[in-house]
Amino acid sequence: MNVKRYLPLFILVSLAVAVQLLVTLTGQAFYLTQLTMSAYYTIVIIGLCMLMGYAGQISLGHAGFFAIGGYVSAALTTADMTGMASGGWGRILQKTGCIITVNDIYGANICRLNPWLAFAAAVAATVIIAYCIGGPVLRLKGHYLAMATLGFGSIIYKIVLGAKIFGGADGISGVPSFTLAGRLSVNGNIDARISNYYIAWAGVALATFLMHNLVNSRAGRALRAIHGNEEAAGAMGINTARYKLNLFVLSAVFASIAGIFLTHYNGGIGPSEASVMKSVRYVAIVAVGGMANLWGAILAGIILNFLSLRGYFGSFDEAVFGSILVIMMLFAPQGLLVKPGWGIRLFAWTRKTGGGSGHGAA
Amino acid sequence: MALLEISGLNRSFGGLHAVNNVGFSVAQGMIKGLIGPNGAGKTTLFNLISGVIAADSGSITFNGKSIYNVPPYKIAACGIMRTFQNIKLFATMTVLENVMVGVHRKSSAGFLSGLCNYPRSWNEEKRIRRNALEILDMLGIVHLASCDALGIAFGQQRYVELARALAGEPTLLLLDEPAAGLNMQETARLGETIRDIRSRGVTVLLVEHDMSLVMNVSDEINVLSFGKMIAEGKPRDIQKNPEVIKVYLGDGDA
Repeated sequence: MNVKRYLPLFILVSLAVAVQLLVTLTGQAFYLTQLTMSAYYTIVIIGLCMLMGYAGQISLGHAGFFAIGGYVSAALTTADMTGMASGGWGRILQKTGCIITVNDIYGANICRLNPWLAFAAAVAATVIIAYCIGGPVLRLKGHYLAMATLGFGSIIYKIVLGAKIFGGADGISGVPSFTLAGRLSVNGNIDARISNYYIAWAGVALATFLMHNLVNSRAGRALRAIHGNEEAAGAMGINTARYKLNLFVLSAVFASIAGIFLTHYNGGIGPSEASVMKSVRYVAIVAVGGMANLWGAILAGIILNFLSLRGYFGSFDEAVFGSILVIMMLFAPQGLLVKPGWGIRLFAWTRKTGGGSGHGAA
Repeated sequence: MALLEISGLNRSFGGLHAVNNVGFSVAQGMIKGLIGPNGAGKTTLFNLISGVIAADSGSITFNGKSIYNVPPYKIAACGIMRTFQNIKLFATMTVLENVMVGVHRKSSAGFLSGLCNYPRSWNEEKRIRRNALEILDMLGIVHLASCDALGIAFGQQRYVELARALAGEPTLLLLDEPAAGLNMQETARLGETIRDIRSRGVTVLLVEHDMSLVMNVSDEINVLSFGKMIAEGKPRDIQKNPEVIKVYLGDGDA
């Protein structure tokens, strides 16, 4: 195996460790909260980067998939299972760990669904919805695909905003912590801040590892070929519809898992996570990083999300991301951090000639 | 039995009968030329065979199996690879990567294997790379392997397309006007290459405008005019065929 191929990944992980040590040692550990949240959003970016940059299929509905993951997990883990746990079946469910007993804020015992089951249900829901949406929608190209996915995103937004089980405009709060293994659990407690930072970053590293492998594999080449010329890709024996759909579902699952973890970390989720502006933000970040540049997308994902979460953009937050998208498309459709691989060229304002310009977006 | 058999094939665009009851066959191991004046329906016929557009009626069988109105990727999977008249290389990929995509049908690693980089796929990956490099070497463009596919000269891009199609180890190679945009020397060299390819056991169906190339390399030629097949025969006979001369040069009385 080519170890050199994973050098950027090692650097990414070392940087994550270095940043944690730096902020902890300088007594600014409060930054870790936003860095953790940025890491989860970056997982969405990684999946979207693969879909847009490498396979050339835009999605303006990824906030929808993020919300499906977050909301399904939140709704299931906050539901009161006490009534269900009393019967004969209930005891079996409790014995097998499907239903767990937790203390509510007043100290009373209350029965809840095991977060792992909620996780599985949320991912399954995402896969099913992504397949159903992706099948017909991915036949479209360019603007039409953008509009159709935008429509999907706004449907999800309206559903979570209107449905009672999703808490309407208030969203869902009081989402319990998600115990991964032993004492390692996803929650926003201050004493678990460092472990949560590493959980999130392990997620980023894993997502990067998987996508980095995919780019350099037979399937990845097929996806890039579809981006390069769909007709020719078909003539080479590539089932273009199936490849596009598989990748669409995969990137939806990335968004969904990020949504699940961030919801447990934050202890809740609100409808703004499903809003179309969130989807636009993800697309803008991928554009900044460079359409077909995984590392650029990761860097842009961390930096821009961190700045936004720290409130540096103030009340112009959404306007900033909208402007970024406009400026990027006008002056640097290839992204600021172009050139896939390790040779990152900063500020390459030139458009590539010969049709190589990566407006996979439109 | 012939490798490719077409009979009674029809396709109309509105009122235009672009391919009108066309039938012919291509025997294993031959180079078949398909010619005709502009608008004769050559490209339509080509697209019908490669599955890019659907036929209205007729039949196409390849190796005894019907490939009538089958999607392009399945036709490729059967062993029919093609090149494009207006070059369609994969942008943002290198020459080598383009040719490696051609090996797609001769390899199997899937999505999951790609994501996890399974060790058992490493050998296949090596083989794909080796096959692609061999083809590039055979066509004499191995020195371009790491170039951006759209960054090389036009004539070289044609060869990359050829390499990409050959990388799939086709039984039948469809060439759509491969000499378009090439100069005389390049065309002559292309003729040699096509003969080389045939000598490796690949059957070739060549749609071409350039008479020097077609007459030189084809074993047999079919002539298409206004959607109909008007002649079939050896290059020598086709050159003497009065009907062919008429469609190309016009009626003497006109």
